[in-house]
Amino acid sequence: MSRLYKILVIVVLLISTMGARVNANEPVEKAEPKEELNVREFILEHISDSYVWHITKIGENEIAIPLPVILYSSTTGWHVFMASAFHQSNQYEGFSIAEEGKYKGKIVEIDSNGAEVRPFDISITKNVFSLLFSSILLISVILIVARSYKKDPLQSRGGFIGFMEMFIMNINDDVIKPCVGKDYKPYAPYLLTLFFFVFTNNVLGLIPIFPGGANVTGNIAITFVLAIVTFLIVNISGSKEYWREILWPDVPLWLKAPIPLMPLIELVGVFTKPFALMIRLFANMLAGHSIVLGLTCLVFVTVKMGPAMNTSMTVLSFVFSVFIGFVEILVAYIQAYIFTMLSAVFIGLARVEPHHKKEKV
Amino acid sequence: MLLIPESGLLFWMLLSFGAVVFILTKFGFPIIIKMVESRKTYIDESLLIAKQAYVEMDKVKAAGEVIVDNARREQVKILNEATQTRDLLINDAKEKAILEGQKLIEEARRQILLEKQDAIRDIRRQVAELSVDIAEKVLRGKLENKDEQEKMINRLLDEINISKS
Repeated sequence: MSRLYKILVIVVLLISTMGARVNANEPVEKAEPKEELNVREFILEHISDSYVWHITKIGENEIAIPLPVILYSSTTGWHVFMASAFHQSNQYEGFSIAEEGKYKGKIVEIDSNGAEVRPFDISITKNVFSLLFSSILLISVILIVARSYKKDPLQSRGGFIGFMEMFIMNINDDVIKPCVGKDYKPYAPYLLTLFFFVFTNNVLGLIPIFPGGANVTGNIAITFVLAIVTFLIVNISGSKEYWREILWPDVPLWLKAPIPLMPLIELVGVFTKPFALMIRLFANMLAGHSIVLGLTCLVFVTVKMGPAMNTSMTVLSFVFSVFIGFVEILVAYIQAYIFTMLSAVFIGLARVEPHHKKEKV
Repeated sequence: MLLIPESGLLFWMLLSFGAVVFILTKFGFPIIIKMVESRKTYIDESLLIAKQAYVEMDKVKAAGEVIVDNARREQVKILNEATQTRDLLINDAKEKAILEGQKLIEEARRQILLEKQDAIRDIRRQVAELSVDIAEKVLRGKLENKDEQEKMINRLLDEINISKS
């Protein structure tokens, strides 16, 4: 079994490096007429959301999967169409994709004053599609594992189900149980869901061929929702002692009496915790994607420097891509782990029992 | 640009993450955790029971050994007793047989004696008869003539007289 997983990991890595190459072929052809490859633009384009799922370009033919666009305009109501409508011209039903400005790359409409306005946009973009795909994948995998227990609960499992069981129980016993403390059980399902949700999206983001490769967890909206849910759970499950420590901490009176200095700091702390969670995951995944793309760009940036330089840089780029691929798999796990662990720790901290009085006595 | 959350993505994220959380916290993870934990307790209990069974078995084994030991001792004892009884019986039987034999021999001896006496008596009687017969014949022979008869009668008379006187 372990050999199978090893092979799987290697295959995933190989695909990731190869895929990066396939993706990278496209800007070269674009760059030829322009002579210059704008690395910054290229990377930003790849890590941000888009309305089509670009796969590759063969000759002049773009190979891309168009995704549905769902818009609500305050003036013209609902609009549903495929993003391929923008293929011929940049205009469709009064909407267009902004070329530059604040809404660059997003669908905008021109209002009566001639200004660009964002309609309410719930299009199935690349990230949304990847998100839905990973959600369905995660739900089916976990439900398959759960369903296998209904037949014969006491039998031990091997293969994939055994592996998942080990994985789940490892997170449950080694992360959630010690971090939340006693009465961890009601929080375990949510925290496990959190872990596997982040992990699945992280790993899918590393696979550059079709259903993967989107920068989902490297998008602030995703980590924002995750952090908000954790924030709500932490503060709803906060004990009386937790709130007392925030609003009336054990500090000299002048620190909290006329001007609530310490309570203010504590209150800020309540918000910085989930904020840190949000930024940490977002920045890590974004950086990971950027590094892989940047390393791949090395090949095309060095074309001008002559064949010798270009060849050596290609080799270097390949070696680094493989290395970063390994690191990114580690990061995918570690970030999911840290997000879950810190959420568990915050929940555990919010459920403190009064202990100061005892110490004073 | 990267730091502003997109409303569409937020909407879908809330929707899909909500669905994932709802489904998995209801039908996914609790079942898995419960089953794994129940299996864990089952295994623990089984181990405990097995341990107890071992202890019990050892006890039974020891008890069995004691029983076997006792039985063996009993067996030896019974065998010994049996041997003694047998010897006793044999000796008894022997003595009895000897006595019986002696009795029988005695009886036989007595019988033989009686038979012998009978036989002797018989022989005597026969001898007496024979001698009377012979005497008759001899007497008859002798009393052929008159003289002889008279002589005889006289003698007999004499004899009687003598005995009377």
